[in-house]
Amino acid sequence: MSTPALEIRQVSKVFAKKGRDRARFARVKREKVVALADVSLSVNRREIFGVLGPNGSGKSTLIRLLSTLLIPDKGTIRVFGHDVEKEEFEVKRLINRVSVDAAFFKKFSPLENLTYAARLYGMPMREAREKMRQIMLRLGLKEETFNQPMEHMSRGMQQKVAVARGFLTSPTLLLLDEPTTGLDPHSKRDVQGFVRQIRAEHDATILLTTHDMEEADRLCDRIAIIDEGKIIALDTPKGLKELVSKRNEHEPTLEDVFIELTGKKMEEKEVE
Amino acid sequence: MNTLVREMRGAFAFIERNINLIKRYWGWELVWLIYSLVNSLAVTYIGAGMERISGQALDTQYIITYLLVGTLIWSYLSVIFYSISEMIAWERWEGTIEYTFMAPVSRLTHLVGTTLFAIVYGVLRTLVILLIVASFFHLDLSGANIPGAVLLLLAGSVSFVGLGIVAAVLPLLYPERGAQMTNAAAAILLLISGVYYPVETLPGWLQVIAAASPATYVIKGMRACLLHGESTRALISTVLFLIGAGIAVIAMGLLIFHRVERYAKRAGRLKRSG
Repeated sequence: MSTPALEIRQVSKVFAKKGRDRARFARVKREKVVALADVSLSVNRREIFGVLGPNGSGKSTLIRLLSTLLIPDKGTIRVFGHDVEKEEFEVKRLINRVSVDAAFFKKFSPLENLTYAARLYGMPMREAREKMRQIMLRLGLKEETFNQPMEHMSRGMQQKVAVARGFLTSPTLLLLDEPTTGLDPHSKRDVQGFVRQIRAEHDATILLTTHDMEEADRLCDRIAIIDEGKIIALDTPKGLKELVSKRNEHEPTLEDVFIELTGKKMEEKEVE
Repeated sequence: MNTLVREMRGAFAFIERNINLIKRYWGWELVWLIYSLVNSLAVTYIGAGMERISGQALDTQYIITYLLVGTLIWSYLSVIFYSISEMIAWERWEGTIEYTFMAPVSRLTHLVGTTLFAIVYGVLRTLVILLIVASFFHLDLSGANIPGAVLLLLAGSVSFVGLGIVAAVLPLLYPERGAQMTNAAAAILLLISGVYYPVETLPGWLQVIAAASPATYVIKGMRACLLHGESTRALISTVLFLIGAGIAVIAMGLLIFHRVERYAKRAGRLKRSG
């Protein structure tokens, strides 16, 4: 049996948060926030695996752990057999990430930002320049915007540059942390189409976190539903829907599954 | 070989990024240059006015050169210190810290790129200030040992690279106030290193602390070279000491940085704005 692209075993992460009722000169009270509790899952090569959950459910913490930006308190994470803590450098070479916030040097142009990324990943510049152009055009960015400062671009365009940066280094494991949040429907379709194309053309495994039920349904081979740091269900979209199919009169959606399993609506949690 | 090429590309990423930052924030650079220039002029004019202040006949030319050497060397060393200590602060301000920290680039490569840029930038910036300030005063450096001064300055840069790495952990530990804390660290170095006065002027306990500052030896040696024409041979022991101390401070800085980076990853402090 081949090594899974990603193997997470009993991973927990707790953060200490400053208490609110802190008196001056008094010892700062810290409350503990459980971000992830005993999470285990395995993702196969070339799979698009979705992690579905509301804001604050632990999705981004999971992505940060996989990105080597956090160290788990407990448990192990392996990316293509490499331990993220002990073999950090090997893992970094295999992954890239697109986060919900398009984090860039805002006064730089897309080409300058992507050049910085290409150099960080040790890419030869001739190859990188051609690839940058191709990916940005494929994502619907116009050539005249390539040299324009990022701060003059719309949120949607910035997010497309972030997606281009994620794909530029041809990662074997691509971490997409709510990549389409805040995008207009057209841009959303561009990005989703590109994700599918990348999986079809390259040997890439994709882990996608989202709270967009339709997106998860459309793109993912399997989905884990996460709530309050725990995985409460894991199956194919069809398999998840079958969990509630017998109790509903209409064709069930992933939203029905989420409500059934957590007893809450996704929107309720987002307001919190 | 492949690894070396990849690391060199990584180092160049930081050099190119810093050049682009200067181009995009040229207004800030101009303001900062004017500030440093005016500061150098103001300090040097204290020397020019010493005869009037004291009402006694003094070697004004000597005092002017004494102060000018201090202010220029400090300008250079502080550029090295700030450029390196800001390698994290910039990433925080721009929100790119997570992206840079998850890239497959070693912290040593990160440092090499930042240092190379800092040294070239520091030399160019200090030269501009020197040329402008020199036009205000009559400077006689005919008896100065310029090659010895350059050697000493480069040796002193090594230690300041190390101090910069130690200071760079502050924005990593304290996302909101870390960058300001590096200003306090620089101010302490300025006080104790004999930039504008002999270290012997300080109280005894501060002189003890001054002995731990590499800038104390750089500035003292530079003055010996430029004001008294001290030979390069006489400087060798100081140069070797500075290089040795610099390597030790860099090793200590990297160790501290590594530990703090791990702590930041455990505590979740690598977030873009904290």
